[in-house]
This record gives sequence, structure tokens and C-alpha cells, in this order.
Amino acid sequence: MALDSVINFVDAVAVYNGYPALAGVTLSVSRNEIVLLQGPNGAGKSTLLRACAGLMPVIRGTANVLGFDLTVDRDSVRERVGLLGHQNGLFGELTIAENVSFWSTVVGASVQEQTSAMERMAIDGKLANRRVSELSAGQKRRCALACLVVRRAELWLLDEPHAGLDAKGRDEIDRIVKEAAASGATVVVASHEIERAQQLATRTVSLVAGQVRDSL
Amino acid sequence: MSMSVSRIARAVAAKDLRIELRSRVVSNQVLPFSGLVMIMFAFALDNDDVLQRVAGGLVWLATLFSLFILVQRTFAVETYDGALDSLRVAGVNPQGIFVGKSVALFVQLLALESVLFLSAIVLYRVNVDGSGLVLLVTCVLCASAGLAFVGTLYGGLTAGARGRETLLPLLLLPVVAPVLICATRATESALRSGGVTVGEGWPWVGVLAVFAAVFGLGGLLSFGSLIEE
Repeated sequence: MALDSVINFVDAVAVYNGYPALAGVTLSVSRNEIVLLQGPNGAGKSTLLRACAGLMPVIRGTANVLGFDLTVDRDSVRERVGLLGHQNGLFGELTIAENVSFWSTVVGASVQEQTSAMERMAIDGKLANRRVSELSAGQKRRCALACLVVRRAELWLLDEPHAGLDAKGRDEIDRIVKEAAASGATVVVASHEIERAQQLATRTVSLVAGQVRDSL
Repeated sequence: MSMSVSRIARAVAAKDLRIELRSRVVSNQVLPFSGLVMIMFAFALDNDDVLQRVAGGLVWLATLFSLFILVQRTFAVETYDGALDSLRVAGVNPQGIFVGKSVALFVQLLALESVLFLSAIVLYRVNVDGSGLVLLVTCVLCASAGLAFVGTLYGGLTAGARGRETLLPLLLLPVVAPVLICATRATESALRSGGVTVGEGWPWVGVLAVFAAVFGLGGLLSFGSLIEE
């Protein structure tokens, strides 16, 4: 495994509901890369992201993320990765500021980090005090990313981050992802928005039936 | 970046209570539901002597019915937009989540039981004296703690399951049966129903305290595994 390798999977197998969602994945991702995962529905993109986040057990093969062997210990890696899936992980009855404050508290981030994360996501005073249930899809995504930023994640795992967003919202997501990579994070994006995501990514990995078909 | 259990618990409890204050599920749905249960029993039994004799049991039965709604609600908040998954990915200590959610549930149960006992005094014309009140308050605290711990534990267990709305009462009801029995006996003593004395109620409170301690400890040790996939 290369020293700067953030993800190192070799013939990794993960089973979901009795089905081999990852059927021998071999993939290496280096620090500061932005990698696009593409493939048809059911190819295993979301499962791969969840396995990298330590949410899905890898039952066979090699699976190292940020130096942690996921076949032995799936808990330790979690504090250092951020997963933004199809859902945002937010509380609709709370305001954006309250959501970010909650996540800051439970992960031990400072007030300065909280303020900085909201500034990075262009969340100003008026918007910060709106309830999440009243927000547009793009604003919810920005709030979720602010919660990801306060966690100081080294590895960002984004599952369809552009889904449900208008052009402006998609541009904002791209800007945030580029900033994250520029500030030292590694980003893996699963997306069906191939053209847009390819412009963002430094490399594209194709998944088919739970296996990596090619990496360009 | 590991956080202390108490800090996480405070954040989770404050978040749950704030959400409840805004959504008003307890005040607009659970309280009217439990109030209706009390009123229907009053009409169905329609006899002051019988009502005074069974008042304690009716209050705790209404509490148990309401517990199912409260537990489902408290975990629906976590699963609706994937927050429970996010908490797991963030490596947030599950013991802190367990304690925080239990505390929030405990506070909501206390609010509910206060209203139910007031309803019993008004509707069923039960009386409680000084020593009975001490027993009643201790009983309510111990029973609520036990219900909050076991409710959070089983709520976490069924949070990701299909058919959780029906699964939860099915799993929870047999487990909380000891609370129903002990709390009813202790409440009967506090209200001196059927000629029992206050002193006879304390052993039942002891059992409630043991129940709360067992499920509190069990929850601390097992909640992390229960909310895993």
C-alpha cells in the first residue's frame, strides 16, 4: 500500500441482505484525489461508499481506509470520514445554525470551526435561522456539507451530491468539493451526472456488478 | 476527537426536547390520546368505587400505550433524514446517544404522567396524602426511568427494521409488563386503594429501581451493537 494511499481495497467482498453488493473490488485512491464512481444502478457505488465509511462489513479481501483495516475494525475510521448519502442527516424541526451546532457539539468542534464551516457554505445570519424543513434541496445540501466540514473529515464520501439540485446548487457543490480537496481532503463521488462530475474529478472509476471495470 | 458521554448526552437530550417543543407531538397528539383513554375508562366503568380501586392501573396502562407513540416518534426523528446513520458514521459514542435519548424520553414521560395523575384525581376522585405522595413521586421517577431506558433500547433495536410500527409494541409490551405490575401496585399503596398501606408499596418501588438499573446498564453496554446494521 502506497504511503499516501487513503483507500486501498483488494478483492474486497461485502454482502448486503445476502447479496454480494461488492464482489471483489480492487481500488486504490491517493490523498487529495477527487475520484468519480460511475456505473448503472445496483453496480455497488453506494455500497462501496458505505463500506469505506465503516458502515458495511467487508467479509473477504483487503480493505484499508486511512490506514485502518476495515475487516478487523470498522469503528476507528468513522471519526475521520464524512459520508453524505442520499439523505442529509439533518433534523427538520431545527434551524441550520442549530443543526450545525448539534453536530459541532457531538464531534467536539469549536465555535470558531462552526462559524467557519457556515461561512464556507455561504450560510448567512438570515438563512442560518431558518428551519431545515423550510429549505430548498440545495440549501439542505449546503447545511449537510457544513455539518460535514465541522467534522474535519479527511475523506469525503459523497453519494449523488448533485441529485435534486438546480444549476446554481450544483455549481455550489462543485465549488465546495474543490475547496475540500484543495484544503487536504480526499473526495470520492458517486454520481449519475457523468459530464459534470468528470469535470470535477481527477479520475473516473467504473463499477459494474460489484466490481471495478476500469479506472481512467 | 472523542467526546465525553455526558456532553453528547446533553446535546442529544437538548436536541430531542427542542424538536418536541417545536413539533408539539406530545402536547397535540400523545396527551389528547392518553386523556381520551382515561375518559373512556371513566365512562366504561362508571362506578366511583371501582374507578378509585383501579385508578393506578389505568394511569399506567395509558402511560404504556403512549410510550409506544413516544418511542416511535423519538426514533422517527433520527431515521427520517438518515441522522442515525450520520451519527454512526461520525463515530459519535453510542452510550451518549442512549443516555441523551433516554433523558429526553424520561422528561416527556414525566410530563405525560403528571397530566394523567391530575386527570385521575379529577375524573376518578382519588386522594393522596403526604406519605402517599412521597411514595407516588418515587414510583413515578423509578418507573419512568425504567420505561425510558427500555423504550430507547427497543426503539434503537427496531429503528431500521421493516414494519417497526407494529414490531415495537410486540417486542416492548412483554418487557415492560413488570413495570406495569409494580407501578400499579405501588400506586395503589400510595392512593390506599382497596385498604393497602403506603408501606406495602415500597418493595414494588424497589423492583422498579432494579428494573431501571438493569435496563440502564444493559442499554449502555448494548446500544451501540443494536443500532449497527
